[in-house]
Amino acid sequence: MIEIENVRKSFGSLEVLKGIDLTVQKGEVVTIIGGSGSGKSTLLTCINGLEPIDSGRILVDGTEVHAKGTDLNKLRRKIGIVFQQFNAFPHLTVLENVTLAQRKVLKRSRAEAEAEAVKQLNHVGLGDKLKVYPGRLSGGQQQRMAIARALAMSPDYMLFDEVTSALDPQLVGEVLDTLRMLAGEGMTMICVTHEMKFAREVSDRVAFFHKGVMAEIAPPEQLFGNPKDTELQKFLSATH
Amino acid sequence: MFDTALTAADFVFLAKGAGVTIIVTLISVLAGTILGILFGVFRYQVGAIWAAPLTFVLDIFRSIPLLIQLVLANAFIGTILQIRISGFTVACIVLSMYTAAFCSEIVRGGIEAVPATTRRAARSLGMTWGQDMREIVLPLATRVALPSWIGLALGVMKDSALVYVVQVTELLKSTQILITRLQEPLLLLLICGAFYFVISFPLARFGGYLEKRWSND
Repeated sequence: MIEIENVRKSFGSLEVLKGIDLTVQKGEVVTIIGGSGSGKSTLLTCINGLEPIDSGRILVDGTEVHAKGTDLNKLRRKIGIVFQQFNAFPHLTVLENVTLAQRKVLKRSRAEAEAEAVKQLNHVGLGDKLKVYPGRLSGGQQQRMAIARALAMSPDYMLFDEVTSALDPQLVGEVLDTLRMLAGEGMTMICVTHEMKFAREVSDRVAFFHKGVMAEIAPPEQLFGNPKDTELQKFLSATH
Repeated sequence: MFDTALTAADFVFLAKGAGVTIIVTLISVLAGTILGILFGVFRYQVGAIWAAPLTFVLDIFRSIPLLIQLVLANAFIGTILQIRISGFTVACIVLSMYTAAFCSEIVRGGIEAVPATTRRAARSLGMTWGQDMREIVLPLATRVALPSWIGLALGVMKDSALVYVVQVTELLKSTQILITRLQEPLLLLLICGAFYFVISFPLARFGGYLEKRWSND
């Protein structure tokens, strides 16, 4: 379970998160929508401790992420994150990209790590690209590789930060299909996305962020069908 | 065609000079690179303000002509500190610092060239700072820094000719000694140049080979 309690975060004088409260249950899929600068991506990077917070707290399975004694490297094994930029390790093959952290962080043997990598790469449809360097892959393929890389760590939670925003339109579908598949398998996911149709399909709940505040959160049929917040109404009419 | 007084013994004399050049260069490039990596990582890690004192010292080594550094260092160590060390040691110390000063810039530039997002991805997989440095930053920064580093190593090899001012008889000094004796400057300089080329060429080619090997990434 991920519990976010009254989290505030500023970059300089700009407060990007103004007291966020959100609890995500095991197996739940929550998508976060909202305009750029609304703080939604920042929240994800706070959840796995890549960004410090100013106040409030975030608990992952009861462990406080930003507490002093927390072993972040250990905590991050539970939480996979995939970013807008694919962030492939360009000097490693696809297979090595997916085995590196397994071997260094989880101390799996090479054989074990490779078996897991092959499994995950097959899962995202890249089973035939094992020996290829990321530079030879399309954006969609690189993004699916990044997903496989995160999944290979056997995380309990997956965070997706606008994973289709940097992709050519024709490549968006293959990545969203991968996310749909994961959601179908019961993975606990928080997805920041601009893909409204996707959010409507896969989410248990959708949260709308506006200027650092979670203005509304509801099951998708309610949030899209009967939006209450006026900013959300404006946002939805602009995106449709 | 050539009518020369040059003997086989003279060739051996030149080869010994070349040997000194190679040893001084090897020691200085090795020590200078290790120091340069340490300084470069430190400067990147602590930021410009905290690194300012170190940066200032390195700037001194970068901007004062090597000849002056050698003479001053020799005088300082020998006369002021009253430490008796050989000219060879002085030469290695000064050249190492000179190399380290340039190398730290190359290293810093290499690290900065690794995208922050790539490093964030590594950390988000649970990798520690050290693992990120070793597995991601080191290989990627090396690819960026290699051409400049090869240039630096070749430059240091040629600059090592200046260590004659601290009484180290390396390749160029050996050549000058022979020129004084035999009065055949053109032939001797030609041979000396050939020696330098033979020393440099493998390093330059090795760099080219690595660049080509890495270009498929």
